Amino acid sequence: MKIIVAVKRVVDYNIKIRVKPDGTGVDLSHVKMSMNPFDEIAVEEAIRQKEVGKISEVVLVSIGSEAAQETLQVGLAMGADRAILVKTEEVLEPLAIAKTLKTIILEEKPTMVFLGKQAIDDESNQTGQMLAALLGWGQATFASHLNIEGHQAIITREVDGGTQTICLPLPVVMTTDLRLNEPRYTSLPNIIKAKKKPIEQKALADLCVDTRARLTVLNIEEPQSRQAGIKVANVAELVSALKKTSCI
Amino acid sequence: MAILLLAEHNNHSLSEETAKALTAAHLIGSDVDILVCGMKVQSIAENSAKLAGVRQVLIAEADYLAHQLAEPMAATIVELANNYDVIMAASTSIGKSVMPRVAAFLDLMQISDIIAVVTPDTFKRPIYAGNAIETVRANDYQKIITVRTASFAPTPQGNSAPIKTITPAPNPNLSSFVKEETNISDRPNLTSARVIVAGGRGFGSQEKFMELLIPLANKLGAAVGASRAAVDAGYAPNDWQIGQTGKIVAPKLYIAIGISGAIQHLAGIMDAQTIVAINKDEEAPIMHIADYALVGDLHHIIPELEKALL
Repeated sequence: MKIIVAVKRVVDYNIKIRVKPDGTGVDLSHVKMSMNPFDEIAVEEAIRQKEVGKISEVVLVSIGSEAAQETLQVGLAMGADRAILVKTEEVLEPLAIAKTLKTIILEEKPTMVFLGKQAIDDESNQTGQMLAALLGWGQATFASHLNIEGHQAIITREVDGGTQTICLPLPVVMTTDLRLNEPRYTSLPNIIKAKKKPIEQKALADLCVDTRARLTVLNIEEPQSRQAGIKVANVAELVSALKKTSCI
Repeated sequence: MAILLLAEHNNHSLSEETAKALTAAHLIGSDVDILVCGMKVQSIAENSAKLAGVRQVLIAEADYLAHQLAEPMAATIVELANNYDVIMAASTSIGKSVMPRVAAFLDLMQISDIIAVVTPDTFKRPIYAGNAIETVRANDYQKIITVRTASFAPTPQGNSAPIKTITPAPNPNLSSFVKEETNISDRPNLTSARVIVAGGRGFGSQEKFMELLIPLANKLGAAVGASRAAVDAGYAPNDWQIGQTGKIVAPKLYIAIGISGAIQHLAGIMDAQTIVAINKDEEAPIMHIADYALVGDLHHIIPELEKALL
C-alpha cells in the first residue's frame, strides 16, 4: 500500500504579508516560504502509518516552480521515501491542481491520498474534494483521526458542533485538520539523508492537463483596517464605555 | 439567473447560516431555490420556505442522506445542476466538503468564502488569513460559490414558497456514517451570537478557563470562544476555536481575554463590531486593534467585570 501526499510551498504562516500598492498581488519577494502547515500534518500522518506497518511507501507530490524542491526536501527529511515535482511557473487554481494530481495518481496507483485541508495562501479548501470527485473516490475532509483497517479507513472528522466518524472503502482521499497530529522536526542527519532520496521531475506541459484559469483576479487590496481604539484604565471605565455604545 | 442554495441544518433545525447565505444569493440573482437534503427534514423545508424571496424549496430525503455525507449530497446536487446558473452554500463544514466535489464533477472552479458580491460574476474573498482581500471574476458559464456568512445579514422571514419533493441521486456508497459526538451547549451559537467572550492561553488551566469565563458569558448571554492556543492546551473543545482554521465570527461585541492576537486568530474576528481586549501584556497585538483595551490580570478583572455587570 502506498500513500501519496500532496504538498504546497506557501508563505510561512508567521509572516505578516504585504499587499502590493498597485493591487496586483501580494509581495512575495524575500519572504520566508515553508511547507503549508496542514500538508506537514499530512506528511506526518503518512509516515506514522508507515511506521506502524499499515503502508509501505510514502510519495510526495508538489506542483510548482523549481523552488518547490525545498519543500519536498523537508518532507523527505521527515521520512517520506521519494518525491515528484510537477514543474510549472504558472500559479494554478485548485481545479487545475486536482486534475494534475489525478494524472500522477492514475500512474502511481496509491491506496490513499493525503492533502492539507486548505492552503494558508489562497485559502480555497477545495483541492482534496475536487481530486476525490475526479477520481470517483470517497473523501474524508478535516480528518482528526485515522485508522486503516483492512480494506477500509475509519476516519474522524472535525465538523461544526463536534466530531463525526465515517467509514470509507479504500482508496480514499483524506484532508487533514490541525488535530490529526503534531508534525515532527527534521534532524540534521535526516536532512542530509534526504538529499539522496529521489525527486522525479515532470513538466506540467507534458501531462496534457487542461489547466486554464477559470477565475480572473481583478484586484488584491488591504483589508479595511480597524480604527485605533482607546485604552481604558479600569473595569468601571470599560463598562461605562460599552454601555455608551449600547454593546451591553 | 436561477440559483440553487443548499440549506444548512443539523437534522433538527434550519441554521441561520442559510438565511445569511440567502442574502448573498439575492445579491447575485432573484430566482433562488433552496435544496434541503437529509432524512425527516420536512419541518426544515417548511422553515426554508418562509424565508423572504425564495422561489421554491426542493426536498431530497433518503436514509443515506441522513448525515449529509459529501458523496451522496454532491451526486444529488450535480443531477439538479442543469437547471441553475449558480449553486451556492454557506461556508460551513458541510458546504466546504460538498461544494468543491460538485464543482469538479461539473468541471467548474469554485469561488470560496465570498464576503461581498460586486457584480453577479465578481466577488470579494479574503486570502492570506484575511490579510488581503481579492476581487475575482468567474469566467465559467456556471458558478459554484461558498459564502462566508459572517459577512451577510440574515434574510428575514415573510414567505410561503412551494415545497417540491425530488428524488435524490442513488447512493454512490463511497462512505458510511459510524458515529458523531456533539458538544452540547445551551449557550448561543458562536457563529450567530451577538456577544462572544473568548479566552486564550492566559487562563493557565482548563479549570480557570471554565470557572472564570463561563459565568461571565452567562451574565452577558454570550457565546464562548477560544484561541487555538487555548484549544491546543486542552482548556476548551475544538469547535470553540475562533480564527483562520476555526470559526469566523462577526458579533456586535467580542471580548478577548488572555488572547495575544496572533494573525490566525485576528483573521476570525476582524468583522466584529466592537472588540474588547483584556490582557496583562500592553504590547500584545490584539491590544492594538481593540476598540477598548484594558491592561491587567484577568484573574482579578473577570470577577470585577462580572460584579460591575450586575
